[in-house]
Amino acid sequence: MLFLFFVLCFVSLALGSVHIDAGALLRFLGKVLTGKVSIESQEELIIFSVRLPRILFAGVVGAVLSLGGVVFQALLRNPLADPYILGISGGSALGAIIGIVSGAGSFYLGIPLLAFCGALITVFLLFIVAGGAKGALTDNTLLLIGVVINAFFSAAILFFLSIVDSLELHSITFWLMGDLSRASLSEIGVAAFCLIVGFILLYGQARKLNLIVQGEETALHLGVDLERTKPWLLVLTSLIISVVVSLAGIIGFIGIIVPHMMRLIFGSDHRLLLPTSALFGASFLVLADTVARVILTPAELPVGVITALCGAPYFVFLLKRKGL
Amino acid sequence: MPVIRAQKINFSYAEKAVIEEVSFVVDREQMTAIIGPNGSGKTTLLKLINGSLLPDSGEMHVGEKNTFRYARKEIARKVAIVPQETPAVFPFFVEEIVLMGRFPHLGNYRFENKEDYKIVQEAMEKTDTLDFARRRFNELSAGERQRVLIARALAQKPEVLLLDESTAFLDLKHQLRFLTLLKQLNRDDGLAIVFVTHDINLAAQNADKIILLYCGKIYAIGNPAEVISARNMKEVYEVDVLVDAHPQNASPRMTLLT
Repeated sequence: MLFLFFVLCFVSLALGSVHIDAGALLRFLGKVLTGKVSIESQEELIIFSVRLPRILFAGVVGAVLSLGGVVFQALLRNPLADPYILGISGGSALGAIIGIVSGAGSFYLGIPLLAFCGALITVFLLFIVAGGAKGALTDNTLLLIGVVINAFFSAAILFFLSIVDSLELHSITFWLMGDLSRASLSEIGVAAFCLIVGFILLYGQARKLNLIVQGEETALHLGVDLERTKPWLLVLTSLIISVVVSLAGIIGFIGIIVPHMMRLIFGSDHRLLLPTSALFGASFLVLADTVARVILTPAELPVGVITALCGAPYFVFLLKRKGL
Repeated sequence: MPVIRAQKINFSYAEKAVIEEVSFVVDREQMTAIIGPNGSGKTTLLKLINGSLLPDSGEMHVGEKNTFRYARKEIARKVAIVPQETPAVFPFFVEEIVLMGRFPHLGNYRFENKEDYKIVQEAMEKTDTLDFARRRFNELSAGERQRVLIARALAQKPEVLLLDESTAFLDLKHQLRFLTLLKQLNRDDGLAIVFVTHDINLAAQNADKIILLYCGKIYAIGNPAEVISARNMKEVYEVDVLVDAHPQNASPRMTLLT
């Protein structure tokens, strides 16, 4: 798994509108690893200050979105749940856009905070509309609620787009579709920090997730303190997702594809599922982003386009196979 | 010292009273059966015992403490429940399911140790589930699943075992084995057992004490001979029955008259 991730990163470093051959790349990486960070050529500059941060960022974003998928699927006992489908990414994006338009974004962490509020409100709505159903929410209901929430947020986002001046429009639209190119190093640092802390905290809940998947009643009987555990998981997950969305925009379907594939390979035990999904999610988004950069060289696609192009058919395939 | 003491328990969902003025005790050496028609509050009573529901009034003691004073994990180490059915959305291995029974004994970041695996192994031996340890839970038959759930409850190492219609899906062989196992656990390990069943003869033959629930109230309570009578059955179930003695051990035996 780790190996796959590093190979992908390597390939991704080499490919791009300026092609860099593998030998040169290896020499450069060797140099960096031995502690000499002098940048001597334009190619090295590209690797170090353009591609490397971007790959790191893609990895972080992919990991967070996959973790989000795993947690929401467990909490809702529905393998089709994912931050994007449920409208949580949309809620974060709306929060972030309100931040940009209203100027609240100029405050420190203003945008991620508003995105977090957006995500929390969505989660809240989701559970209210779902009517506090006790058992597993039936797949159809849940997905429908997600669709409705998404439609509402899209409308709201379009509203804000139409009142914003045209200079910002292009960049916001690009960001909405999932854009990994604009994050600064410090923002990547914040996201990585959220990922690491979030992962460690989530991992402590892995066994509880296993039990929650068995049904809330069972979890309660076996000693899970649901009244505390559930809100805690929801807030924690919404937080890391909203940070990522406020930086990278809406990147859909990763949260469905990745956990599903990992479940096929490693089974459903969350103590395995969380780390493998994070790693594979990271690899997957690095790959998708590389494709997005390379496919129309020298132009670039938003990475959300690629994930949606792979993810939507996969989603339909899952739906059909479950015979809904 | 009784392990469960219920005193004048009242409980209602929304406005509808489900359990009214229910009092009883369960001793460590006892096998207690709860019987009664559909909707008489049997399952609710089990949930009140394991603290997942708290009474509106009255007191439910498990061990020395009132159930509302327990943390969830703490009471899960004392009381285990075997549910009727459990949804299986995600594919887990049988072994993983049984291992979940160790949850109340473990901290968040602690992995299971040898002792935990030994307990799980024992629980699976007792329930005859080792053969499908590496199979997926959702691929098993209803009876096999029920045995796995019993193994999980045993892995909790509880002092009280609650069973909700656990024999309903078992074939004759496993029903007999299961009852033998319950009696063993009861006698040798001092595990108090409370089981809900619709099979009145099964209750009459195996329980030391029977609680007959009717519309949320205790209609009759006592040893099988006291509770299983033609008159009680007529009043509660509205059927005519013949009660005679079981040829093997003289416990009451009920036959439906048509």
